[in-house]
Amino acid sequence: MRSTVLTDKAGKDAYEASTTGISAENPRRTGGNLVQLISAKGERISHPEFDLWVSDVTDEQLCSLYEDMTVIRRIDAESTALQRQGELALWPPLLGQEASQIGSARALRDDDFVFPSYRDNGVAYCRGVDPLDMVRAWRGNASFGWDPYRYNIATQQIMIGSQTLHATGYAMGIQNDGADSAAVAYFGDGATSEGDVNEAMVFAASFQAPVVFICQNNHWAISEPVRLQSHIQIADRALGFGIPSIRVDGNDVLAVMAVTRIALDRARKGGGPTFIEAVTYRMGPHTTADDPTRYRDANELEDWRAKDPIARLKTLLLTKGLLTDEAEARVRAKADEVANKLRSGCVNMPDPAPLDLFNHVYSTPNSWIERQKDHYSRYLESFSGSTQEGAL
Amino acid sequence: MTATMIKEFRLPDLGEGLTESEILSWKVAVGDTVALNQVIAEVETAKAVVELPSPFAGTVAALHEEAGAVVEVGKPIVSFEVDDVGAEGSTAAGSGSEASTSNGAAAAVPPVTPAKREANLVGYGAVVEESGHPVRRHRTFDSVPEREAVQTPVQQPVQQPAPQTIQEPEQERPRSTPPVRKLARDLGIDLQLVKGTGPAGLITRSDVQGFAAGSHEQTEARAAAVPGGRETRTPIKGVRKFTAAAMVQSAFTAPHVTEFLTVDVTPTMELLERLKSSKAFAGYKLTPLTIAAKAVLIALRRNPTLNSRWDEASQEIVQFNYVNLGIAAATPRGLTVPNIKDADGMTLLELSAALSELTDTARSGKTSPSDLSGGTISITNIGIFGIDAGTPILNPGEAAIIALGAVRKAPWVHNDELAVRQVMSLSLSFDHRLVDGEQGSKFLAELGAILADPAMVITMV
Repeated sequence: MRSTVLTDKAGKDAYEASTTGISAENPRRTGGNLVQLISAKGERISHPEFDLWVSDVTDEQLCSLYEDMTVIRRIDAESTALQRQGELALWPPLLGQEASQIGSARALRDDDFVFPSYRDNGVAYCRGVDPLDMVRAWRGNASFGWDPYRYNIATQQIMIGSQTLHATGYAMGIQNDGADSAAVAYFGDGATSEGDVNEAMVFAASFQAPVVFICQNNHWAISEPVRLQSHIQIADRALGFGIPSIRVDGNDVLAVMAVTRIALDRARKGGGPTFIEAVTYRMGPHTTADDPTRYRDANELEDWRAKDPIARLKTLLLTKGLLTDEAEARVRAKADEVANKLRSGCVNMPDPAPLDLFNHVYSTPNSWIERQKDHYSRYLESFSGSTQEGAL
Repeated sequence: MTATMIKEFRLPDLGEGLTESEILSWKVAVGDTVALNQVIAEVETAKAVVELPSPFAGTVAALHEEAGAVVEVGKPIVSFEVDDVGAEGSTAAGSGSEASTSNGAAAAVPPVTPAKREANLVGYGAVVEESGHPVRRHRTFDSVPEREAVQTPVQQPVQQPAPQTIQEPEQERPRSTPPVRKLARDLGIDLQLVKGTGPAGLITRSDVQGFAAGSHEQTEARAAAVPGGRETRTPIKGVRKFTAAAMVQSAFTAPHVTEFLTVDVTPTMELLERLKSSKAFAGYKLTPLTIAAKAVLIALRRNPTLNSRWDEASQEIVQFNYVNLGIAAATPRGLTVPNIKDADGMTLLELSAALSELTDTARSGKTSPSDLSGGTISITNIGIFGIDAGTPILNPGEAAIIALGAVRKAPWVHNDELAVRQVMSLSLSFDHRLVDGEQGSKFLAELGAILADPAMVITMV
């Protein structure tokens, strides 16, 4: 059955397996094979074990995965354009990482709780977050765009990797509640070099917490290449903590979904944490304030463009005869509609009132913040009658 | 007729906390119809070159700034005529005339502000040196030998990919302390020029003050000259700054020797004509540079010493068993030396294609960092400017550079008689640490022999 041991190697066994290849000539072990169910050319690759985890994915669902990926790419492109047009202060594009985000997020249950980074807008989209709420903070109109408890997805962390601690803590809470939901942390390759992530893995392993660590290895921590961050595969770092890990083709939406389901299943059944390394590529800049041509080879981008997550799924759907012209037009129309709504909503977003700053600092009344609010409102009043400029 | 209105687009802050950007080029002209998010301009900020997507669908009514202008954030750069949904009157009267004046002003007054706090990736942290990666510094006060040769183990790292950044001159920042660096910055003094008198060459406050006093007169004289408009001051930045650093480093670390040879290249020019009319080369761009590049590669095979590098840090001579042939190219943004990877394995046809691609890419300013690093020897074609000979300066890290002179008709002794022949001068500079006079001369003589009689190649390969 499904719960039997799969090819991803767990805990102690995996560590032993990982050390067997070590010799004086080759002290650095290379990671396990990349799980792949759809090749870069768009062919469906069958696998006796991983196939089982996506056997319920119908043709319609495959098409809807394609739609989600296309729509989030459009949201991402529109937001990037809005930044260039002065409507957003900054935007962190996810171009190229659509399969990693959509494939994993679509494997989640509503009662699972996600702890994302700033780039994980595809995950937020799958949780039901309105794209307009994704740009709210980047426009400077709010400290954050959505209510975490409404969608079970926390605030997007700007601090690198700190959300892994939040996820682990939340997962320990799930344990105490005796629930079978899971906490899922999203972060990047660079974050695995942070103390927070390492501490989170120590606690997750010690308490066997139901947490899934999803690392999108997009190859670049701003301008620092992943080969400099880690001399072993990122997935192998988890083995040092006794956390089983899987390397998956992060541009293959089906494979990402399969391994995420495996990890969630383990978490729900008390099997503890899992570390997923989704090997993908950040095709755009780190943020709109970054120029990747200054530090990376244009050829590298070309290589990854050939592995595009959306293009390969499209090829597969075409081969299967699932993507008719009407279906394609429908997806395009949906993407355009979402983008247009995002644009008009963003451009016409009312400026926040000065006192809005004090909202959401505490969830319960707090005398200290009330006092500050009172001082500030009296300060603002001192401008009334003269010019309004000082107030804003 | 539908009512239209004019919408202005003001230059946004494209990074985080930037105050200005340079418009590199316009992708649209007045009268063009543009779609929403269509790229209208390419803009360079302190951080990145980015494309500006149009915020409106409509017609370009006016471009308020010319390409090349440095524009303050918030200034209007373009106006669009768009369909007036609310049917309101036009509000853009006079924006066109305003543009021409502000333009002139922007071009005439180069920024003369002293080095100021610059916004970096997040907020206003420490200003990052423009030369890129930090260079590891030796501790100042330890009595550690100047250079510890780091012995790398014999074991080679598996397939270490070449670094993908532009090769940087590995120069240390002058030793000083933060307050003194700030003083120098406030006084507009480049610490590279100041001699340190403190322990281990540390630049002290009095060194900077002394330098300031010494150059005071000069500064005043310069300042006085500015209002007269008899000189134009351009900030040293970008490619110019990089080129300058590379040239200074090269000129003062590698002892240069330059040799000249003038050759009758009539047979090469005849060969060129024959090849041009041959079917195999149809559609390829063949120039004297193509043949000369091939000749350099052939001569290099017989004189590999010129294809090497002096590795000061590891005290080793690196002999390259491949040739990445650098071609100096004048680009809109200054001198760059992109190189053709593994040029030694190329046929003449492949070489000619690679040369065309390289020069086209360089001229459009799209050369990637990897094309600019890892060169092993370079050619500079000064002949296209009508120049005969010169002393080229080595591209840092390379052992030789060849300057090709102009091919011109000249009186020449040919078959013991005076004849009008096509003659070209070759100038070869080499790093005398690596290459002796004998090797350099032999290489240059063989290069000349090939160009004087391409058939001689038969005896060489």
